Amino acid sequence: MKRVSLVVTLALAAGLTAQAASAQTLKTVKDRGQLSCGVSQGLPGFSTPDDKGNWTGLDVDICRAIAAAIFNDASKIKFVPLSAKDRFTALQSGEIDVLSRNTTWTLSRDTSLGANFTGVTYYDGQGFLVKKSLKVNSALELNSASVCVQTGTTTEQNLADYFKGNNMKYEVIAFGTADETIKAYESGRCDVFTSDVSQLYAERLKLANAADHVVLPEVISKEPLGPMVRHGDDQWFDIVKWTLYAMVGAEELGVNQKNVEEMAKSDKPELKRAMGTDGNLGEQLGLTKDWIIRIVKAVGNYGESFERNVGSGSKLGIARGLNQLWSKGGIQYAPPIR
Amino acid sequence: MAIEPRKPPSQFIPKLQRTLGGRAGWSGFALQLLFVAALAWISYEIVANARANLQAQRITAGFGFLANNAGFDVSQSLIPYSGSDPYTRVFFVGLLNTLLVSVIGIFFATLIGFIVALGRLSPNWLLSRVSGGYVELIRNLPVLFQILFWYLAVLAALPNPRQSISVFDSFFLSNRGLVIPKPIGTPGFEPFVAALLLAVIVAIALWRYARRQLFDSGKVIKVWPYALGLVIGLPLLSALIFGLPVTFEVPVLKGFNFAGGSRVIPEFVALTLALSTYTAAFIAEIVRAGILSVHRGQMEAGSSLGLQRGSVLRLIVIPQAMRVILPPLTNQYLNLTKNSSLAVAIGYPDLVSVFAGTTLSQTGQAIEIIGITMGVYLLISLVTSAIMSFYGWRINRSMG
Repeated sequence: MKRVSLVVTLALAAGLTAQAASAQTLKTVKDRGQLSCGVSQGLPGFSTPDDKGNWTGLDVDICRAIAAAIFNDASKIKFVPLSAKDRFTALQSGEIDVLSRNTTWTLSRDTSLGANFTGVTYYDGQGFLVKKSLKVNSALELNSASVCVQTGTTTEQNLADYFKGNNMKYEVIAFGTADETIKAYESGRCDVFTSDVSQLYAERLKLANAADHVVLPEVISKEPLGPMVRHGDDQWFDIVKWTLYAMVGAEELGVNQKNVEEMAKSDKPELKRAMGTDGNLGEQLGLTKDWIIRIVKAVGNYGESFERNVGSGSKLGIARGLNQLWSKGGIQYAPPIR
Repeated sequence: MAIEPRKPPSQFIPKLQRTLGGRAGWSGFALQLLFVAALAWISYEIVANARANLQAQRITAGFGFLANNAGFDVSQSLIPYSGSDPYTRVFFVGLLNTLLVSVIGIFFATLIGFIVALGRLSPNWLLSRVSGGYVELIRNLPVLFQILFWYLAVLAALPNPRQSISVFDSFFLSNRGLVIPKPIGTPGFEPFVAALLLAVIVAIALWRYARRQLFDSGKVIKVWPYALGLVIGLPLLSALIFGLPVTFEVPVLKGFNFAGGSRVIPEFVALTLALSTYTAAFIAEIVRAGILSVHRGQMEAGSSLGLQRGSVLRLIVIPQAMRVILPPLTNQYLNLTKNSSLAVAIGYPDLVSVFAGTTLSQTGQAIEIIGITMGVYLLISLVTSAIMSFYGWRINRSMG
């Protein structure tokens, strides 16, 4: 840090000062004994607290995996629920170490926010949710509709582009949180609720009668969702990036929560490298040799986490689709762990 | 009568004064200088630190982002706006929406506040209890809750556009808001406005003439029938000669919503309703306190001059009460303006929602945007309180 002073903690810049530019995130996290993880304010399947206050979801699993890799304890996490519009400020100011909150990777976010995306946890796209009673079969029939949207998202711009591009008129009503948005949609203020398709399925569960609502077939944008870390700490960037790849890689190697102990004893060279019995890949990251074993024991491989949170094992029941492994027709792909 | 010995005056205040440099020459001056220097150093540290850290994290700084395209739409705008306009335009859209809600809210809050205060002071038992109940109920509930109540419980209960409540098939009330016919100017518009203006000016002149007569010679002249005749008659005449000033574009249900006409969105209605009724409860108490602060004798004197209760209030009590009412009233106006930033909860596109919300998260320029927004609220508040001070100064002057 360039300047050290007491007074700044009082000021607007306080947050920015606290951790900025320090290439020490791993050390800070270890000293604190806890990972600070920015999540959503409750999005089923991605990050939502259950009735006992335990956070679950695909985004949550990324944080759990990081904590497992560092502490060998997936519960050493402080979850910070953030609204769409507060999330980047929380990351910039150092309040959180990693932002894992269904955030779309775009060029401008990658460059101008002082933060980097580390990978794609979920390949999503924007869609529309409407009442079945409107008898709309396509998004192209939505001319003159009122659309509810959550503010501070790429969704607002995609929406503007789509309606303009198709010469349709619409009225947009933007709310601060997802809950306010879905409530306004349910009350009839809007004809359409638009968001990422995964989120539409998740929010639909909150409606009184989920079966009366349908997601239209059009997907109007690319929304690769992924975790973000601050600029300036490449070691931390690598840790977060490779935690996701470790989960995808484990699935590619056929390592899962059940067989991880057995696989650790395997003689296969690629398994030996991944499991840390051969070489020191984990230590190169600043972690331990058995980092992948820790991760898989805590949250399972990518496929297990997916099915448990958003796939067939969950209420959402979303198909793997693009998020299937590259070798099985999807585009999830991990660089070689070697 | 026993005479108590006078205590020596406490030395604390003069000492403090000296320390702060009040009348204490060089040492006090040096202290003040030190204080200012420390303040300047703190400000410099803050700015320099923020800059250094922004650079280190490679966060773009500066106001260049304001010229970029916004790329999102807004549900209510007083100036023409589309997604391809720059962020500066978004800023003005939000600012005007904030001002609109504030000005209309202040108007209704004052009106309701005065009515409730007079009601509470009324000798009528029922009226004063109802007014008292209103004040106690409204001012003790959180304002955000009231906004959500109007929006989610009252306005959302209205029917959807296809089953909207219609009056004469041209006014439609639904959960999308109130749609009314939109006036469109015709060639007869300008003469109509001119006639109206002329009528109003003549009516004011008449009224002033009558007032002068009253003060100079005690003659009471009834002017309002003439004034009313003028204000209605002249524009009517113009309409007869030059044709109707406007035609109306009647809204028609088309697809999901009404096309044509003008629309008042429910978010605006809910916010204005909640803010004005909430603030009115406080204003009512302020006005009541102001009126009670005027000595009873003033009212009795007014009555003994033969003035009626209304005239006593209007001419004698309220002008004196205004001196007490104004400063806390200004506070309430400022509160209302600042509370309007709760709009984001119900999706009303005010300054905080579209600029400090959407724009902030799209550009990530937190320091710049929050700075601008704070500056704007400060400016609005200072202007409001300047206007109120000017008004107070005029009242004081007129009372000598």
